[in-house]
Amino acid sequence: MTAFQNVGRMLMPIAVLAAVLGFWEFLVRVNDIQPYVLPSPHLVFQTLVNDWPVLSESLGVTLLTTLEGFVAAAVGGIALALLFNQSKWLEYSLFPYAVVLQVTPVIAIAPLLLIYLPQQTAVIVCAWIVGFFPVLSNTTLGLNSVDRNLAGLFQLYGASRLQTLRYLKLPAALPYMLGGLRIAGGLSLIGAVVAEIAAGTAGAGSGLAFRIAESGYRLNIPRMFAALLLLSVAGIVIYGLLALVSHLVLRRWHESALGKEN
Amino acid sequence: MAEPVLSETDIDAAGLAMRLRAVTKTYDNGVAALGPLDLDVAKGEFVSLLGPSGCGKSTALRLIAGLSAPTSGTVNVSHHADRRDGRHPIGFVFQEPTLMPWASVRENVRLPLKLAHATSADGGGRIEQALAQVGLSEFADAYPRELSGGMKMRVSLARALVTDPDILLLDEPFAALDEITRFRLNNDLLDLWRKLHKTIIFVTHSVFESVYLSQRVLVMTGRPGRLASEFRITTAEPRGEAFRTSAEYAGYCREVSGALAPSYAGQRSA
Repeated sequence: MTAFQNVGRMLMPIAVLAAVLGFWEFLVRVNDIQPYVLPSPHLVFQTLVNDWPVLSESLGVTLLTTLEGFVAAAVGGIALALLFNQSKWLEYSLFPYAVVLQVTPVIAIAPLLLIYLPQQTAVIVCAWIVGFFPVLSNTTLGLNSVDRNLAGLFQLYGASRLQTLRYLKLPAALPYMLGGLRIAGGLSLIGAVVAEIAAGTAGAGSGLAFRIAESGYRLNIPRMFAALLLLSVAGIVIYGLLALVSHLVLRRWHESALGKEN
Repeated sequence: MAEPVLSETDIDAAGLAMRLRAVTKTYDNGVAALGPLDLDVAKGEFVSLLGPSGCGKSTALRLIAGLSAPTSGTVNVSHHADRRDGRHPIGFVFQEPTLMPWASVRENVRLPLKLAHATSADGGGRIEQALAQVGLSEFADAYPRELSGGMKMRVSLARALVTDPDILLLDEPFAALDEITRFRLNNDLLDLWRKLHKTIIFVTHSVFESVYLSQRVLVMTGRPGRLASEFRITTAEPRGEAFRTSAEYAGYCREVSGALAPSYAGQRSA
């Protein structure tokens, strides 16, 4: 029964996808809709294959930017959280500005950054701005969620600050940290895309978002769809990879990674 | 202060494990939790602190452990154990097992040695020894979540024993366990005490547990906690299940319960 349900859970979304694509294809063919208005799924796929040399290069550029932004967000978010945890005054002084950075829409910041920074740097900074906050706030939450009695135990045995951090606070914060990283992965991609689109009008970009903007100007709608498809697949893969890492790291002990039954 | 404060060596000479004099604890929010409390505990003695919830039993334990400082009065604890190789004079067992869920049983037991930068990685075989003492040798590589409540408590006990402490402080360690498991752990704890000659202070709110285990039961009043009365349980060791059903045991329990009743007087609503 459960095996059947599992297969069903996998098959249902696929069936929905097939139905939607089939209906879309049918609609385009029956009404003879022109590709520059709405390309059929078949044409989008064909464009993906034909334009692969261009698109794959752009995909590489966007993924590299995302990765750089993600690493910066991870390192920056965790480092800031550790600093805040060690010094309350530092936290009081800086945390509001982290919030300001988070709530100001990155699309509004991007054009300014592009004025002051070289384009590649500006794109990475955008990816960092949207990505670091979930890492920071989740890690801070985790570092503050240490079991009180365990903290007392460390105190009883005269643990140093460094030992408490290494053996108690960091492991206790790990599940929260990984949750933050999982969000940051997707957000880094968004940040990279937003910055590329903002920069795209300046004409110096070559990432996927730039391709979308460029194809838009040229009314190459099938390529827009193909690039969009690639972006969304990239987002899914990033999320899946981070979820897998999280599962592998936590599977021995954390509730989130355990099955319903032990 | 009427009596001169004894230094740690004086306590040692007097055969005491600890001496508390006029100890009080008032929390930052103004709640007077404890005292004034006077307490002498002899080396190797098994003493129970018995009282209603919130009477400051746990506070007293934390003061003895040095986890918090008294508001007034003095706490002297005999610091006998040499600190070499990760030894520590005090072992503490909390109400909950308080294990690190991310570490195996062995790593949890190793923790005190690791924090003390013990020179040998296994504390000279003391990790295996402590696990054997609580009967968990075969579960050294298991993770806490794979263990039952009673087994987790045993790990917690092994972790307290691994530093070879002189004094064991136990804060309602078996309160959350089912009765059969609690009885079994009671017996195991008594065995350990007879074998290892530790000084044990056992905090509990169970009259039956305190009488069964201790040589001396100290009944505490409601907040702020003071000593209301003291009972010596003179039944010869080793005690076993037969003691639990004896008339002598029932008699002690009746007496202690009678002394405890006033402590609950102010808490009718509970």
